[in-house]
Amino acid sequence: MGPSGRSRLAAGAVRAVNWASRVAKRGSGTVAGGRVGLKISPKLLTDLARDRTTILVSGTNGKTTTTAMVGAGWGTAVTTNSTGANMPAGHVAALAQSSSVHTVLEVDEAWLPEVVRQVKPVVVVLLNLSRDQLDRASEVRQMAERWQQCLKAESGFAGTVVANANDPLVVYAAMGATNIRWCDVPTQWMADAKSCPRCTLALNLQATTWSCSCGFAKPTIITTTLRDGLSVAETKVPLELSIPGAFNEANAALAITALYEVGVPPLDAAERINAVREVAGRFTHRQWSGHTLQLLLAKNPSGFDALLSTVQNDEADVWVAINARVADGRDPSWLYDVPFEKLRGHRVWCFGDRRLDLATRLDYGGVAFEVVDDLNQVPPSSQPVALLANYTAFSEWLARSAPC
Amino acid sequence: MAREVGAVLTIATLLPDLLGTYGDGGNGLVLAQRARLRGVHALLVPVALDEKIPEASIYLLGGGEDGPQRLACDLLSSSSFVEHVKDGATVFAVCAGLQILGHSFSVEGNDKYQGLGIVDAETTRGTTRSVGELCVRVGERLLVGFENHGGHTTLGPGTSPIGDVLRGRGNDGGVDGYRTGNIWATYAHGPVLALNPWLADAVLESVLGYELEPMHGVADRLYAERCAALIRR
Ligand SMILES: [Zn+2]
Repeated sequence: MGPSGRSRLAAGAVRAVNWASRVAKRGSGTVAGGRVGLKISPKLLTDLARDRTTILVSGTNGKTTTTAMVGAGWGTAVTTNSTGANMPAGHVAALAQSSSVHTVLEVDEAWLPEVVRQVKPVVVVLLNLSRDQLDRASEVRQMAERWQQCLKAESGFAGTVVANANDPLVVYAAMGATNIRWCDVPTQWMADAKSCPRCTLALNLQATTWSCSCGFAKPTIITTTLRDGLSVAETKVPLELSIPGAFNEANAALAITALYEVGVPPLDAAERINAVREVAGRFTHRQWSGHTLQLLLAKNPSGFDALLSTVQNDEADVWVAINARVADGRDPSWLYDVPFEKLRGHRVWCFGDRRLDLATRLDYGGVAFEVVDDLNQVPPSSQPVALLANYTAFSEWLARSAPC
Repeated sequence: MAREVGAVLTIATLLPDLLGTYGDGGNGLVLAQRARLRGVHALLVPVALDEKIPEASIYLLGGGEDGPQRLACDLLSSSSFVEHVKDGATVFAVCAGLQILGHSFSVEGNDKYQGLGIVDAETTRGTTRSVGELCVRVGERLLVGFENHGGHTTLGPGTSPIGDVLRGRGNDGGVDGYRTGNIWATYAHGPVLALNPWLADAVLESVLGYELEPMHGVADRLYAERCAALIRR
């Protein structure tokens, strides 16, 4: 059997396994089918992605939201891995289930080089790069280096990179590409980029720019700026998101720029993205045991830092739920990289398997806290509660609560 | 040995931009807070890679990636750090910091790199990387934490480890870290002093030269829970 015949068979197998696993009510049935398909035809991802217009979205934080924004902003039927299954088995499952040419896929940072090679995207969106899941030794400099290699023309990449010009590690990675659209968007987290990605000397970080004595510096030819409003390729674009957070405005700016690159007018894309109200349960208000909760997902220091900025001036009660299971990373040391001091003045309720690690961190940070050992003992709260949770803790709270 | 720098206990976190991969900054915070709650005026000073190293009572060294680890070693060897340590300043080092203080360590490509040579220890590249819980018996107590490294550290005949490994790898699967006079080191990275309040107090007492009042808080509950979790499994 030839390679494409094998892939046709494999794509059928993906659909069959997914159908069977949905019927059996085991999981959402996306990754299982993808795995079977890739076993039958290792070239399945390449074959399924052929002749599509594909945008890939990667970075440490904001992948799922930005992917959803690109999908919504395109204004047509899209193929996407909206369940967040962001490794090849998930991509295969998404592509096998939809024949829509317009495709946007969220890609795990470590898998990006492999997926770029196989999918041949027209646009790669690079949001940010910082430490995540420390026990997996995700060393961010090595990641930036690997990204840079895969985006070079010599590696076969012929598309455009849409990249955050304020994240030195992202800039270092994007520089591998020939065609780049730089986006000057506010970027709060610089802790992992204080030393130059190129030469390791100290970066000179200023309010709106950065540079190194070796010559590595913030790009100057900018397509998109987000400062007192959004401007994409010299068009002013009204941005009035329905979901909270300054970081989501930055995500939207990159999504609109990526769509501009594939021919979607920024004004149209923005109007559709402004209407997005939730992304996989995130940012929504939920009911639980008489409390109204706004569920916020953060998986690492930079994600938490961004969310803390949105709640620190609020009157809301703050609940934080921390687990350290395999999907979260087994090591919660990162809690000491989160500036929880921003929550001084609030009382923080500590939930999750690692609530004592969290409580100890808050205690040393001078933040008032309560440890919740028993979910039946949660006292009344002000409304709505801001509930910040990491990955598996978020899933638990999503399952435990109901829509408002 | 009490070492006075005015009436202030200065705690310097060295090069957090290079050595701070795993929340290692937590150790400085814990030492400073536990000292302050006992009425000691503690000053916590992060020292960035373009700053001069100040005189301090305690220096903290964290973990880092290969390239930054080499640069940190270079910067420290050309600074006054070694002199301050020889004058009696206390050092608490984890992971890459532990390796830097020895005679040599190996990084990518098995290249041998010269360390600061303050401690009689040598680190080669182990055959595997160890990622997981680390539990070490230190006298009557347990040191609990998390390790993520590929080093194999051999101590010289005059250098004592900090304790015996009960779980995880530490230096070599048998023992972990070292304790020589004013220098403490362990492979348990990140905020190991947050997980082990007794160890934080032992470091402080060795610097202050007197016994600290006992202090109770949620950190004690965390320590008990971690000890139970690590022994159970
Ligand atoms: Zn440089």
